[in-house]
Amino acid sequence: MTLALRVLLVAVLAFLYAPIVVLVVMAFNRSALYELPIVWDTVWFEALAHNDRLLTASLNSILIALANTLVATVLGTMAALAFARFQFRGRNLLRLMLLPPITIPWLIIGTAMLVLFFWTGIGRGLHAILLGHVALSLPYVVIVVGARLTSFGDALEESAAVLGANPWQTFWRVSMPVIAPGVIAAALFAFAVSFDQFVISYFLAPPGVSTLPVEIYAAIRKGFTPEVNAVSAIIIVVSMGLMLVFARLYRFGGER
Amino acid sequence: MSRVEVVGVTKTYGPVRALDDVSLVFDNGVFFALLGPSGSGKTTLLRAIAGFVAPDAGSILIDGRAVDDLPPHRRDLGMVFQNYALFPHLSVFDNIAFGLAVRGVGRAEIAERVAAMLRLVRLEGMAERRPRQLSGGQQQRIALARALVTRPRVLLLDEPLGALDRRLRQEMQIELKQIQREVGITAIFVTHDQEEALTLSDRVALINEGRLVQVGAPGEVYERPATRFAAGFLGDANFFEGRAAGRDGPFGRIADGASRAVLTADPLPADGAPVTVAVRPEKIVLRAPSEGVDPALVNRLDGTVRQAVYSGSSITYIVEAEGRRLVVFEQNTAASPHAPGAAVAALFRPEHAVVVAP
Repeated sequence: MTLALRVLLVAVLAFLYAPIVVLVVMAFNRSALYELPIVWDTVWFEALAHNDRLLTASLNSILIALANTLVATVLGTMAALAFARFQFRGRNLLRLMLLPPITIPWLIIGTAMLVLFFWTGIGRGLHAILLGHVALSLPYVVIVVGARLTSFGDALEESAAVLGANPWQTFWRVSMPVIAPGVIAAALFAFAVSFDQFVISYFLAPPGVSTLPVEIYAAIRKGFTPEVNAVSAIIIVVSMGLMLVFARLYRFGGER
Repeated sequence: MSRVEVVGVTKTYGPVRALDDVSLVFDNGVFFALLGPSGSGKTTLLRAIAGFVAPDAGSILIDGRAVDDLPPHRRDLGMVFQNYALFPHLSVFDNIAFGLAVRGVGRAEIAERVAAMLRLVRLEGMAERRPRQLSGGQQQRIALARALVTRPRVLLLDEPLGALDRRLRQEMQIELKQIQREVGITAIFVTHDQEEALTLSDRVALINEGRLVQVGAPGEVYERPATRFAAGFLGDANFFEGRAAGRDGPFGRIADGASRAVLTADPLPADGAPVTVAVRPEKIVLRAPSEGVDPALVNRLDGTVRQAVYSGSSITYIVEAEGRRLVVFEQNTAASPHAPGAAVAALFRPEHAVVVAP
C-alpha cells in the first residue's frame, strides 16, 4: 500500500469515527462547555440518572424497539416464508410493494401516517409510534429472512415432510433452526430501525410523550446539556456490540 | 413392502404436459427405474407419488388405497433427494432419528433403530458427526438410512447417485441394490442415466415428453426397443428406414431402393408400408470382404472403415457402407483392429434387426 493510500485510509476512518470519539470523550469531561484540558469525571452520567425526561424517553424507546422487534420479526418471518414457499396470486406485486417503505423519504411516510392515524381515529401516542415502526421495519425483516430462506431451498422441508413431520413440526424442527441466523439478524435490524427512528416518532408523539431521539432533538434545541453526550455514549457502546453480534450471525451464518 | 399403482395421471404446467395419462404398476419389492431425458416428466411422476405434485387427473394408489388426498407427511414413504437434503443443524444420529422422533417413538427404541441403520449402511462410527463433515458417498448413505429407518412402504429415489463421481457411483449402485434386497422394499428411482437404469433395476419405465414409451425388464427394453426413441435413448442404435418389400425365406425384407435390402425376423406390415429398423452397434460384426462368415449373419453391407475410436476394452468403428453410416462396437479381441480406410463387410443377424415405431 502506498503512502498516499494509507493517508487516505486514515483520513476516511478519522472522518467516520472522530465525531463519535469526540462525543464519547466529552461525555466524561467535567466541563459543560467542552473546555480543555479534559477533566475526567462521570458527573454527566450521574446527572443523567436524575434526568427523568431523558430516562423516560429512553425507556419508551427501548420498549417500543423491543415490541417492534417482536411484532415485525414474527410477521416478517411469516411473510418471508409465504413468499419463498408458496405460489399465490399477486405474489410478485406484493414483493414489489415491500420496497417503497424503504425508498420513500421518512418525512413523507411520517406525514402520511399522521394524516391516516388522525383520520382513522388511531391518533398519536406510543401505540401509533409502534404501528409506524412496525410498518417501517417489516420490509427489512422480510428481505433479510427471505435471503436466508432462498439460500437453502425447500428440499429440507420436503425431506422432513416425507419423513412424517407435519407442517408445524417441519417449521420448528427444520425451517426455524436453519433460518435462525437470518431471523436473529432481522430482529437486530428491526430493533435498530425502531431505536434510531426520529422522524416518524416525532410526528406521532403527542405533547408530553417522547422517545429518545425526539428527546435529544428537543434537548439540543433548548440548549445542549452534556447528559445527551452521556446517553449517546451508552447507546454507541450498546449498538456497536449489537452490530458485532449481527455481523457474526449474518456474515458467517450462511456457512453453518 | 407395498404395491404402487399410478392410474391415468396427468399434470400440466401452463401449456406444458409434464405427465400425459400415465398408468404404471410398481409391484411389491421391485426396484423400478423411471428413465428419461431431463424434462421428460419422470421427476414430476416421482413427486406426484410423494405427494408434492397434485395431478390434474388420475389417481395414485398405495396398497390398493388412493392416497390422492393424503399430504406427503401422511403417506408413509421414504425419499432420497438428489442432493440428499440432510438437515445441516442436526448430527448424523439426529438426522436418521428424525422420522422416528416426529412419530413420537421412545428414546430407547430410536437409539436401537438408528444404530441398526448405521450398521446397514456401514457408518457405525459417524453418529455424532455433522452432515458437512461427511463425504458425498457417506452423505448419500445417511440419506438412505434416514429414509429407511421408519420402515416406509415405498422408497423413492430422485437421481440418488447423480452427485457422485463415476467410481463411487458404481460402488454405490451395487450397495444400493444390496440394501434394497436386504430390506425388501419397493423402490422407485428416477434417473437420466441409462446405464444406471440397466444395472440397478428389475424393471424400467422409459418416459419421454410426459408419456410412457415402454415398460419392461431392462434386458427386454434394451433388446426389443418399441420405438425409435427407446432404441436411441437406452443404448446406441443404427437405424434403417425403408418400406416392407415381401419376404425372403423366413425373414421379412425392408428395402429403401438405394442399398441392399435388410432382413428382419420381426413381423412386417403390408408391403409398401414404411418401416424403421434398429440394430445395436455391438450386434454388427466386421469382417474382411473375402473372409468366410457364419451363415446366420444373413444381413451384409459392404463398406469402408472411416474411423476407429479406441477405448480400451472395446473399439468403436464408424463404417460407411452402401451409402449408410454405421456405428459398430467390437470387443478388443482381434489380433489387429480394422484400420481406417480398410474395406470391410458389416454383418448382422435378422433377429437383431428390430422393427421400431418411428
